Amino acid sequence: MTLRLSHKLLPLLSLLAFVAVWQIAAGFWTPELFPSPMVVARALGELAATGVLWTNIAVSLARFAAAYLGAIAVAVPLGLFLGRNPHCRQAIDPLVQLLRPISPIAWFPLAVLWFGIGNAPAIFIIFLAAFYPVLLSTVSAVVGIPAVYLKVAANFGAKPGAVFLRVIIPAAFPGIMVGLHIAVGTAWIHLVAGEMLGAQSGLGFMIVDARNFLRTDWIMAGMLVVGFLGLAINLAMRKAESWLGRRWGGMA
Amino acid sequence: MTAAVKIRLQDAEKRYASQQGEDVVALAPVNLEIKSGEFVCLVGPSGCGKTTLINLMAGFEKASAGTVTIDGRPVTGTDPDHIMIFQEYGLYPWRSVLGNVLFALEAKGLKGKEARAKAAEYVELVGLTKFIDSFPHQLSGGMRQRVAIARALAVEPSVLFLDEPFGALDAFTRMYLQDELLRLWQEKRPTVVFVTHDLDEAVYLGGRVVLMAPGPGRVQRVIDIPLPWPRERIGGSLGRYRRELFEEFHLVHQQASSESGGYDI
Repeated sequence: MTLRLSHKLLPLLSLLAFVAVWQIAAGFWTPELFPSPMVVARALGELAATGVLWTNIAVSLARFAAAYLGAIAVAVPLGLFLGRNPHCRQAIDPLVQLLRPISPIAWFPLAVLWFGIGNAPAIFIIFLAAFYPVLLSTVSAVVGIPAVYLKVAANFGAKPGAVFLRVIIPAAFPGIMVGLHIAVGTAWIHLVAGEMLGAQSGLGFMIVDARNFLRTDWIMAGMLVVGFLGLAINLAMRKAESWLGRRWGGMA
Repeated sequence: MTAAVKIRLQDAEKRYASQQGEDVVALAPVNLEIKSGEFVCLVGPSGCGKTTLINLMAGFEKASAGTVTIDGRPVTGTDPDHIMIFQEYGLYPWRSVLGNVLFALEAKGLKGKEARAKAAEYVELVGLTKFIDSFPHQLSGGMRQRVAIARALAVEPSVLFLDEPFGALDAFTRMYLQDELLRLWQEKRPTVVFVTHDLDEAVYLGGRVVLMAPGPGRVQRVIDIPLPWPRERIGGSLGRYRRELFEEFHLVHQQASSESGGYDI
């Protein structure tokens, strides 16, 4: 009982402490430079009331979904293919290792030159951020499938299509899920960056735009919204994972 | 007993090139005939080529020279009529007990109600009806291997290969499963080739025991055990064959240790 209470209380306490330290720190500067929690809360209410917040959240989530799902749609099939073809994997590995360390942000100048200002550069950057974790975890999930699974399938005479659908995909699934989880985090982080640089809407743009008007309270409100949405997406992902894990016979 | 020859090996051998490019003999030429419905155990220490030998017969590996035939046809690959059971079970963790057995039947082309009924029948045969909807991770090692056996038997193979199937199990579970396997064998009468490193297990189960030796992997001796099943584990007439096998095995050991300079093993 005390354990469960502290389980709920401790995070709450640390949050309260955070707000308190923030409040005290804000006292040393003017609200224009370092607004207090109360000021930020008021700014949040303001942004919500005018509807600016909701529009930008909707735009950001739509971009995020498009880029993330797009990355999955390309990276998972490619990863499955590379995982099953050692020669192709060897051929393509140096290229992946070369491109992967390049931060998606570094692609921004090219992305704007190629796609102009708007949805496309932001989506492109989020796509890149999600692409590599999904690709690499899919490849290693397929490579790591225990040989005995494939031996058994071959022994019973399962056709290649059935082996792929009924053995390789389900066997790789928990590993792919790990990549999807990592990618959801990196993609969300890069969403804001992408929108700060090349967009005229969205949460990232809202933060940059607030800076142009020296509205530090709006900046912080925007940052908090990004944080809370990221947390919510992460929690939803974990829920989905445990649900799928149960369906997977407790494997994930 | 004039049963037809089921599996025939003629000078079947396995060589491979080591990473240093040397020619390594994994299995020196083997000549062996296994009759239809026979229960043959391959026994020997590690490095004796017993797993290589069973893999040649089951079609997971190809002989470098010589021939391996089953029912007179050369073995060119795996065959759904010759099913291998592995020490690590090879169950699919995302499928239930029933689902794992169904996998084999689906691969064979069976579908729907018919397949389910048959899968359930074989789950019952190994005594796991209560766990039919359980997943492998919810079962003990012994139960998992019973599922693997049910899955193998469900496709009614004429040959059952078992590669140290009970090696990962505790002694009690192992004895229980040995008896279960004998019961199933006597009921379905497939040809059984059983690999083990346990001499007692080999003597208890096998109608014939093929003793193998390492360096290079080869067949040392084949011992007939013309005793009926079920056999007594302690004492009884099994003792004679047990002693014979153990003496032969010690001989192998002495040879091996004198060749390697007295230490090793």
